[in-house]
Amino acid sequence: MSDIAMAAPVRKHRTSPLLLLLSLRTLIALFAVLAFFSATAPNFLDLGTLVLLAKHVSINALLAIGMTFVVLTGGIDLSVGSIVGLAGMVAGGLIDRGVPLHFWGVTLFPDVPIVILIAIAVGVLVGTINGLLVTWLSVAPFIATLGTLYIARGTALLVSNGETFPNLVGRPQFHNTGFPVLGAGTVLGVPVSVILLVVVGAIAAYVTARTPFGRRIYAVGGNERAALLSGVPVDRVKLLVYMISGGCAAVAGLIVASELVASHPASGETFELNAIAATVLGGTSLVGGRGTIWGTIVGAFVIGILADGLVMLGVSSFWQMVIKGLVIIAAVVLDQLQRRTQRRMAIQAQGA
Amino acid sequence: MSAHAQAIADDVILRAEQVGKAYPGTTALHAVDFAVRRGAVNVLLGENGAGKSTLMKILAGAEQPSSGRLFLDNREVTFASVNDAAAYGIGIIFQELNLCPNLSVAENIFLGHPTVRFGIDIDSGDHAEKTRKLMRRLEHAIEPQTPVGDLRIAQQQIVEIAKALARDVRILIMDEPTSALSATEVDILFRVIGELKAAGVAIVYISHRLEELVRIGDTVTVLRDGRLQATAEMRDVDIPWLISQMVGAMPAPATGHVPRKDTAPLLRIADVSLRNPHGGFAVDRLSLDVAAGEVVGLYGLLGAGRSELFEVLIGAQPDAQGSVRLGGRELAGLPIAARIRAGVALVPEDRQREGLVQCLSVGTNLTLASLWRFLRGPSLDMGRERAAVTRTIRELLIKVSSPDVEVTALSGGNQQKVVIGKALLTQPKLLLLDEPGRGIDVGAKAEVFRTMRALAREGLAVMFATSDLKEVMAVADRIVVMAGGRVTGDFSRAEATEERLVAAANQGIAA
Repeated sequence: MSDIAMAAPVRKHRTSPLLLLLSLRTLIALFAVLAFFSATAPNFLDLGTLVLLAKHVSINALLAIGMTFVVLTGGIDLSVGSIVGLAGMVAGGLIDRGVPLHFWGVTLFPDVPIVILIAIAVGVLVGTINGLLVTWLSVAPFIATLGTLYIARGTALLVSNGETFPNLVGRPQFHNTGFPVLGAGTVLGVPVSVILLVVVGAIAAYVTARTPFGRRIYAVGGNERAALLSGVPVDRVKLLVYMISGGCAAVAGLIVASELVASHPASGETFELNAIAATVLGGTSLVGGRGTIWGTIVGAFVIGILADGLVMLGVSSFWQMVIKGLVIIAAVVLDQLQRRTQRRMAIQAQGA
Repeated sequence: MSAHAQAIADDVILRAEQVGKAYPGTTALHAVDFAVRRGAVNVLLGENGAGKSTLMKILAGAEQPSSGRLFLDNREVTFASVNDAAAYGIGIIFQELNLCPNLSVAENIFLGHPTVRFGIDIDSGDHAEKTRKLMRRLEHAIEPQTPVGDLRIAQQQIVEIAKALARDVRILIMDEPTSALSATEVDILFRVIGELKAAGVAIVYISHRLEELVRIGDTVTVLRDGRLQATAEMRDVDIPWLISQMVGAMPAPATGHVPRKDTAPLLRIADVSLRNPHGGFAVDRLSLDVAAGEVVGLYGLLGAGRSELFEVLIGAQPDAQGSVRLGGRELAGLPIAARIRAGVALVPEDRQREGLVQCLSVGTNLTLASLWRFLRGPSLDMGRERAAVTRTIRELLIKVSSPDVEVTALSGGNQQKVVIGKALLTQPKLLLLDEPGRGIDVGAKAEVFRTMRALAREGLAVMFATSDLKEVMAVADRIVVMAGGRVTGDFSRAEATEERLVAAANQGIAA
């Protein structure tokens, strides 16, 4: 039997240099911006600058990792920015005001790890609502998460009636100190937020690439009907990706609040757009089915380096926005170009 | 050139020369010549996937050819779009109706070319008037203001025809225009076609119904597997000739394998029903037993309920009623994943829409339904997965240089083998294949059928649905005929004749 297979004409799997360049475009962009700013901005390649850069990037990268899960299934999550605000407000409220238990006339101040878990649970809860809206009620992801964007933001404002919870250092007598570690702490000189990014990124990359769940995410995004008929529990997969996205957003929200040592209900506004930008820049197709976590992280770094580098060069923030927009559009144009080139080569291979 | 041939050449209004069309994964058309004569019904004939629709779309400007040229009145032309072709007087009636259900009949008919006053104001009165006239000509009492969504499919078909007539066409392409029409409606349509012919309009007519073609056609062109098979004057040929040109030599009949009848049936379907959206039954209290080692061909016309039955068996129709037992185990109520684990596998009819995830690789597609077999702890054992993928590619003779190639890059036949491979990797006891031979070339078809027989010998129960008589006669041990959601015939291969199968397939439809 194997002999027959050998004798059968085998279509050559050719890779053109153009296609290779196109598929590596995000990495090339990363090195290009790195090279550009190290040449033009003084001290750009200093270890200190790079660590600071990584810290800046970590928040958007965490959001974008969660976003990538959703986008891979062909969905979108607009609520992540609001979840950043809400998770921060929940944590801030728990540390600053505690949980008043009126019946006993006491106020409970949970330990910081518990606070963190509760805040993450709130993010996952919003994600669950998104997922149920998308699956059970068949609401388009854009609309479902636009709705929860407003609901979560409104809830964040309601928590404190629009006020900021300041000075979230906790009180020793309540055993709830230590919250600032998340945003300001370091381990062997590496910021905790960067460590979080590495851990979450590694787990996410592993899950998407090496587990059945990961495969199913790609299958749902690539062809939902085919996935369903292959036994993929489509609704469960969709529900889970929104939960993951909500959880990631909550972690990002905790870092933001911890860095500022305060939680402000408006924090995280428009973060969802940065997360989508990083995801798309990293090569994930908004139609679903294509993309990687690594690509997204690289995409987040390209955006972060651009932002920090332009600041160091003294470029006005107005121009920064224009440049960011151009880079995102260029990324998508190149993505289309790659798709078309691949298609053309497939047809050529056919004709040969 | 004889005088007669010269006369025919003069009559040619539109000519396709060496026209080809490639898509990623399939070449739909290989360098085909086709001439359309004015004042004649030019029939285009071929099986599903033979390239008829592609050729027609090229003629109508809906698709652009990858190679070859088009000549209109002996001048080379290119059509960038349907509108472009329409400007040359080419109209088309698509098989899938292209109407906007939210708009009225008149609005649909004049959608692309409204009559306007002062350049902007749509003249609805004029539209209504013209629509009424068209409807009278088509002998249908359809009000111009009715929303198209409220019409029956047959009426929508009439609107589609009226839409083409509303633009003064010189060439009218009709793709299966009668598929939704009743006998009287077909007669009316044929009268209209006669009028158009007399007015010098060239008709390109595509249909599966051979009797119809013989009745109305003037010339016939047969396509097979994307290639030009034959061209003839309709008066010189008969139905058997058409069939032989269309189908070609069938793969060698199955070897004389006798299914094991001693065992209890592997699959027992009892009283299974499924409602369709129109309030009737897609599957109607159907009962059927299938033994291990048997290849059962499920024959029937379009809409007989075969695909729906398969969907019920795999669990894609949670609202189905009745009992499905596999090896004694009740499957009713189980989700798809559980049924796959229990041993049911489906190769769906539409491999592009239902069988494959286009953007993923051959390997990833192959193991999609059987990921549980490659688990090590929570992760996938990539080594074991790779080995299984390589083995499947080799055993099914899938022509691909590496498992990492995107599945879109494969030809239709090889894509079909990937879908079959995916089903086999779940280690099924019951393999369901819906139209497994559709749209793939003859060689791949023969390989697919050989594989099905080999699997049955290994003890699988194999069921395949087809609307192709030759196919079902050549491949199946036993032929079950379905019509209107019921079993209307159950024949062993020895008992089955084409006449009996056709009679059974038409039961209950005549009304």
